Amino acid sequence: MLNLSINGKRHALDLDPQTPLLWAIRDHVGLTGTKYSCGIAQCGSCTVYLDGAPVRACITPVSDAVGKQVTTIEGLSSPAGQAVQAAWRELEVVQCGYCQSGQIMSAASLLQRIRKPTDADIDQAMQGNLCRCATYARIRQAIKVAADKLNGVQS
Amino acid sequence: MKTDQIVNLSRRRFVAGSAVSLAGLTLGIIPTVAAEQREAGPGIAGQAPETAGDFSPNAFLRIDGDGIVTVISKHLEMGQGTYTGMATLVAEELDADWEKVRVEGAPADAGRYNNLFWGKAQGTGGSTAIANSWKQMRKAGAAARQMLVQAAAKEWQVEAGEIKVKSGVISHAPSGRQTGFGELAERAAEQPVPESVTLKDPKSFSLIGQRVPRKDSPEKINGQAIFTQDVKLPGMLTAVVLHPPRLGATVSKVDSKSALAVKGVREVIQIPSGVAVVADDFWQAKLGRDALSVSWDESKAFSKSSAQILDDYRQLAEKPGLVARTEGDGAAALASTDDAIEADYSVPFLSHSAMEPMNCVVRIDEAGCEVWNGEQMQTSDQYQIAGLLGLEPHQVHINMLYAGGSFGRRANPAADYLLETVHIAKALKPGTPLKMVWTREDDTHAGYYRPLYLHRMRAALNDQGEPHVWDQRIVGQSILKGTPFESVMVKDGVDMTSVEGAANLPYEIKHIQVDLHSPELPVPVLWWRAVGSTHTAFAVECFIDELAVKAGQDPLAYRRKLLRNHARHLGVLNLAAEKAGWGEPMGRNRGQGIAVHESFNSYVAQVVEVSVRRNVISVDRVVIAVDCGVAVNPDVVVAQMEGGMGFGLSATLLSELTFRQGRVEQSNFTDYRILRIDQMPEVEVHIVASAEAPTGVGEPATPVIAPAVANAVFAATGKRLRQLPLRLG
Repeated sequence: MLNLSINGKRHALDLDPQTPLLWAIRDHVGLTGTKYSCGIAQCGSCTVYLDGAPVRACITPVSDAVGKQVTTIEGLSSPAGQAVQAAWRELEVVQCGYCQSGQIMSAASLLQRIRKPTDADIDQAMQGNLCRCATYARIRQAIKVAADKLNGVQS
Repeated sequence: MKTDQIVNLSRRRFVAGSAVSLAGLTLGIIPTVAAEQREAGPGIAGQAPETAGDFSPNAFLRIDGDGIVTVISKHLEMGQGTYTGMATLVAEELDADWEKVRVEGAPADAGRYNNLFWGKAQGTGGSTAIANSWKQMRKAGAAARQMLVQAAAKEWQVEAGEIKVKSGVISHAPSGRQTGFGELAERAAEQPVPESVTLKDPKSFSLIGQRVPRKDSPEKINGQAIFTQDVKLPGMLTAVVLHPPRLGATVSKVDSKSALAVKGVREVIQIPSGVAVVADDFWQAKLGRDALSVSWDESKAFSKSSAQILDDYRQLAEKPGLVARTEGDGAAALASTDDAIEADYSVPFLSHSAMEPMNCVVRIDEAGCEVWNGEQMQTSDQYQIAGLLGLEPHQVHINMLYAGGSFGRRANPAADYLLETVHIAKALKPGTPLKMVWTREDDTHAGYYRPLYLHRMRAALNDQGEPHVWDQRIVGQSILKGTPFESVMVKDGVDMTSVEGAANLPYEIKHIQVDLHSPELPVPVLWWRAVGSTHTAFAVECFIDELAVKAGQDPLAYRRKLLRNHARHLGVLNLAAEKAGWGEPMGRNRGQGIAVHESFNSYVAQVVEVSVRRNVISVDRVVIAVDCGVAVNPDVVVAQMEGGMGFGLSATLLSELTFRQGRVEQSNFTDYRILRIDQMPEVEVHIVASAEAPTGVGEPATPVIAPAVANAVFAATGKRLRQLPLRLG
């Protein structure tokens, strides 16, 4: 039995420890906001946090998450996360939406680390997240809007 | 309007799946269908609880007792904003409160939900969703509004003409009475359906033309939106399929012992497209497939390489093809010129590579087959599945879910991934729900690509430097041959999708010839966002640029002259050029490029700025002008221009699917590369104000970027690149 804490809730899973965290979350915990797309950490659709740090769940063995706090899009509640989600709506970033959980997780993590990211910071933090609808221009703008909001709140 | 017949199916016996096909508005009561599908699973149409008092004036909307207006979208939401568009059209004429409008995907039913441009077939594609629904959805909203007003007039004993409706509030000023939709829903359902309706004067639109919030955004940013990948049904199993290593290879021997030993693996099933491993969950199925041992008979397998295919096409281009268009003396005019300009343009196979790899959920039992899927062509998929199972098409129930991108891939006349799922499910115990999932590698290898194309361009210029002869020979596989679309869209052997964007060349030229070779290959091909224009626009818009250079004229001025009789082309061309600052000095290693193209009845021009450093092309800025008639939601139009351009930019700079001795060389995003955020240019979009009926926006931005960038690279470097993806050095 593997004991996991996901979005503050405990789950005991009877799984091979090598099973990717992604499939534990999706198929066994039943949280489907975290998406499968490439399986090899090339697209970022499966981004979740382990103790607040973003990881690609598709290549992270579920055993790595034992004893850590897992956060998925369903449990994203930090001020940065909320600011990002609000900016995503304000700027209508979403198209097909399949990659957006991962985009939002990466963006919120960026704002957690860097209060006022430059374009280069955004490139670096977000280039692991693919969007086939190419919503990138709005993603960039929304991150800046979210940063402004957060800074407004904090100042 | 006179030709429309509006029928309230609540007054007839409505039989689920019965074909009720009318020219315009189809009124019908939803509950019969909804009730039986309600228990089916997530994401289904008619999921909301219904009470006897609910008002369902027609097939396209329902008003509940609490005043919630549910718009039933006959079109798939795959990112293009169609749910929001359908809801906007209905809500505008209904004068609904946008906050109280929600959207559901329609069940598959061509009788009620056919695409009006596609005869009796339901489907989403060819950038037609808004265009074909423009009046239909508005009429649905207007009919429902009229029924609400009639109900209020009766209830209040006042003149209907004195009643006003605004933002979901029905009011009668003289008596000071007012109420919401919910309170009147039940009474409204009893009113006679109007025989005709009057649509609003565009001057009084309050939602159309406004940036109203998308209906799918909230659930797509909090992880709650349900895609096919997310469906979970009680007792559901998951299958992963091992496909042949090369097209045309067949299974010669399967050793399933090790696969069956993997925990959770239930069955190994041989199907026509390969060998399926069925397990309790995805990861177990995937491990089971890894453990599977299959030997293949590759004696009849495809063995060509992309380079060889292109060589074959060059040979073929030596000979005349089937004529798609001829003007003046056509190709014969070239014989009398001794200074013809000639160039070959080519594009590779491309994979759609939607972020959600292909997948499908089905359950087969005595009653029929139920499907959960985000898909573009419900009616043809119903026929395909019914054919395989020996059912009637109406016994195939399709629940419409969101698609995580598609770009044409989920619109396959051959229904490939759906039939694959059905083949597996029919080998299972009846009633077992099955989810079939492709990995990214499966999705890249499984075919149905944008075909590889060659264009041989030839022209001759007159004394003024203008072309007086234009000859374009196109070589590439037909998408439609052998499909049900062949009879309609292949004319005299010419596949319209192979020559669109070329045969309708807008430039004023005396002698024109466009001809086509459609060689056959076993590589399965399919429409890919913007279809024929993805290659024709590249060849045409680069070659016209070459001619301008040859004539020593400015590429914008040159186009303007040759488009003098095409106002809408000129409109976008001039707008983009003006907003971009065409002709401003760019500095060293930088250049501007321009292109204009009509597709799906919309007109798009793009001006790009590129920088070239150490043979690396970076696209810095793109200015887009679009004329798509009325912009129902200008922000969605802008988003489609940005995204459509970005989708095309992947193919311009990065993506290429190649065969080497019959094997696809790419497998995942490491080698089938698509655009990342650091490669996305700054982009601005300008919409031409228009009162024309709306036309497509999902696709028309895609084909314009490749020629615009190639032309800019020429301006920056003097090098003319004629092959996609563009590579220097």
